[in-house]
Amino acid sequence: MKFKFKFNPNKKRYREDLVQGPIYDTYENYDESKPSIDYAVLPEREKETAPILETRGVGIDFGGLTAVDEFTITVGPTEIAGIIGPNGAGKTTIFNLLTKVYQPTRGTFFFDGQDTRGLNTTKMSELGVARTFQNIRLFDKLTVEENVKAAMHREINYGLLSGLIHGPKYRRQEKEAHEKALQLLSIFDMQDMANYRAGSLPYGAQRRLEIVRALATEPKLLLLDEPAAGMNPSETAELMNNIRKIRDTFRIAIILIEHDMSLVMNVCEDIAVLNFGRVIAKGTPKEIQSNPAVIEAYLGKKKEAK
Amino acid sequence: MKKITSKGLSPYRKNEIISYGIAILGFAVISVLRSLGMVSSSLQGQLVPICAYVIMAVSLNLVVGISGELSLGHAGFMSVGAYTGIVVSGIMGTMGAADPVRFFAAVIAGALAAGVAGFLIGIPVLRLRGDYLAIVTLAFGEIIKNIMNIVYAGIDENGFHISTKSDYGLSAEGRMLLNGPMGATQVDRISTFFYGFILVMVTLFVVQNILNSRQGRAIMACRDNRIASESIGLNVMKNKLMAFTVSSALAGMGGVLFGLNYSTLLPIKFNFNTSILILVFVVLGGLGNIWGSMIAAIVLTVLPEALRQFADYRMLVYAVVLIVVMIATYNPAIRSRVSAFAEKYLRRKKPDAAPAEGGAD
Repeated sequence: MKFKFKFNPNKKRYREDLVQGPIYDTYENYDESKPSIDYAVLPEREKETAPILETRGVGIDFGGLTAVDEFTITVGPTEIAGIIGPNGAGKTTIFNLLTKVYQPTRGTFFFDGQDTRGLNTTKMSELGVARTFQNIRLFDKLTVEENVKAAMHREINYGLLSGLIHGPKYRRQEKEAHEKALQLLSIFDMQDMANYRAGSLPYGAQRRLEIVRALATEPKLLLLDEPAAGMNPSETAELMNNIRKIRDTFRIAIILIEHDMSLVMNVCEDIAVLNFGRVIAKGTPKEIQSNPAVIEAYLGKKKEAK
Repeated sequence: MKKITSKGLSPYRKNEIISYGIAILGFAVISVLRSLGMVSSSLQGQLVPICAYVIMAVSLNLVVGISGELSLGHAGFMSVGAYTGIVVSGIMGTMGAADPVRFFAAVIAGALAAGVAGFLIGIPVLRLRGDYLAIVTLAFGEIIKNIMNIVYAGIDENGFHISTKSDYGLSAEGRMLLNGPMGATQVDRISTFFYGFILVMVTLFVVQNILNSRQGRAIMACRDNRIASESIGLNVMKNKLMAFTVSSALAGMGGVLFGLNYSTLLPIKFNFNTSILILVFVVLGGLGNIWGSMIAAIVLTVLPEALRQFADYRMLVYAVVLIVVMIATYNPAIRSRVSAFAEKYLRRKKPDAAPAEGGAD
């Protein structure tokens, strides 16, 4: 019996039939003259610039369960956006889709003008998407500084031989990386902890370290998954300032998932509300607060008065 | 821009100093004792195997402790190195090269051959994780051993012969190097303790320098959290393959040292038991702890010989010692005692950010 290997050069890496973007199915059809997504909310300063992220009818099914459906948002290049919603609404799934931990079943999204179909997690990181995790995922046994330096592997690019013999290139790049890592850590005033093991840090510091590690990859879009979880009000207030500070110094877009409403309403420029995997409302914090659909999703339906 | 500096000594720097210290101190003490004629002949004969096992343990630690993948086929790479080394040394011997030249040429060839074997085996094997990886590496270790079982090689005036058949046309004056299941025969014993010490230092240098480099950080990041390392753009497979290849090459080096220490070497020597023995060194010394592996390899190689006086109960005592050491080193009560003691007398500064351990006054 002979085993025959079939190779079809025309076959694409992704299944075209699965991708049915409801608005534009390919980027070539994208008409710049039309407003890309009519109900996108962008801060005033971003109206003229191309968005960093544009999702088009992204959806994913797990078996029979539709976890996310028709997810369409636009995020400006220096916008701070928020995704809120009750538990199980699909918020973290969206982050997993944006970092390609999952491939979307339907739709696609464009990052920095590039179609992301067929890309994997590593490639998304290369393009400039960085994230933190809801349940902290640090490199526990590495030191704080190494956690940051591990993420800087694109700048530190000496080869294996240089790493083996610790040659001049190694010394120069390690020195630069060391200084840069400490600079990044100093955003959160953590430079004194540089030589402690990441696993031994207190909870709040671990959360901050995750953000620093994400920033070390030099992202264009930072995804923060419940950054204020388990923080007390004063820590949350500090985090709020730091999120703004990060946006202002690095000039990047930030999307955050958060249950802490004071943080979301204060820091986010616009918010998408998710329920059962669908966006039920989009708008500025003010609009969201008075939106009846949002109130219903959070508090339940009002009984009809007799 | 203000200059920001960090406090304290990097933990790796400390471990590096300890492990180089153990190697140099061990070599110095043994050398002095030998010159005074105070080393027993049984220990004398064990010096090179000890060095070889230290190399094996440190290199396996790169895979098991640092890369976090359980590999049970390390003896296979050792045998690749050993037999390549024996063949190269044999060929160079007939050409009349000096011993140090022969030895180090054999070391380089053995390391390269084992590295290539590790790379080729690593490509399919490292796609697996956990128990599955352990089982497949075990199988590959056995396969390598069985291949060595059927390889015949020799050198005569017509040049070098290699075959899987026992009659491969070696002339009567020819010199047999590998004799199938009978293993290597008529090996010139050119390994010395000094060469062993040099190779141990090379192994320590390679492993510890990798640890403290971009590659080492990436390997350890992939071990600590696969999902997070992918999210920051690390290629998990590539990093694990690199650790596996380097580890195999070092194991090949250890194999050459080991192989050139005996006049005959059977392929059966590199079976599953040897792989497990090396794994025991690594586990007992502490995963990821380089100097721990060194001490474990030294103690557990010397111990069975030192226990000869117990005659039939030798392996029983060995097992009891293993269990006691295992319990003692991983016992939190004993560990906290030791660290409290160290804190009190060595005045080590504890990180104030770290949660305080109980019992400190």
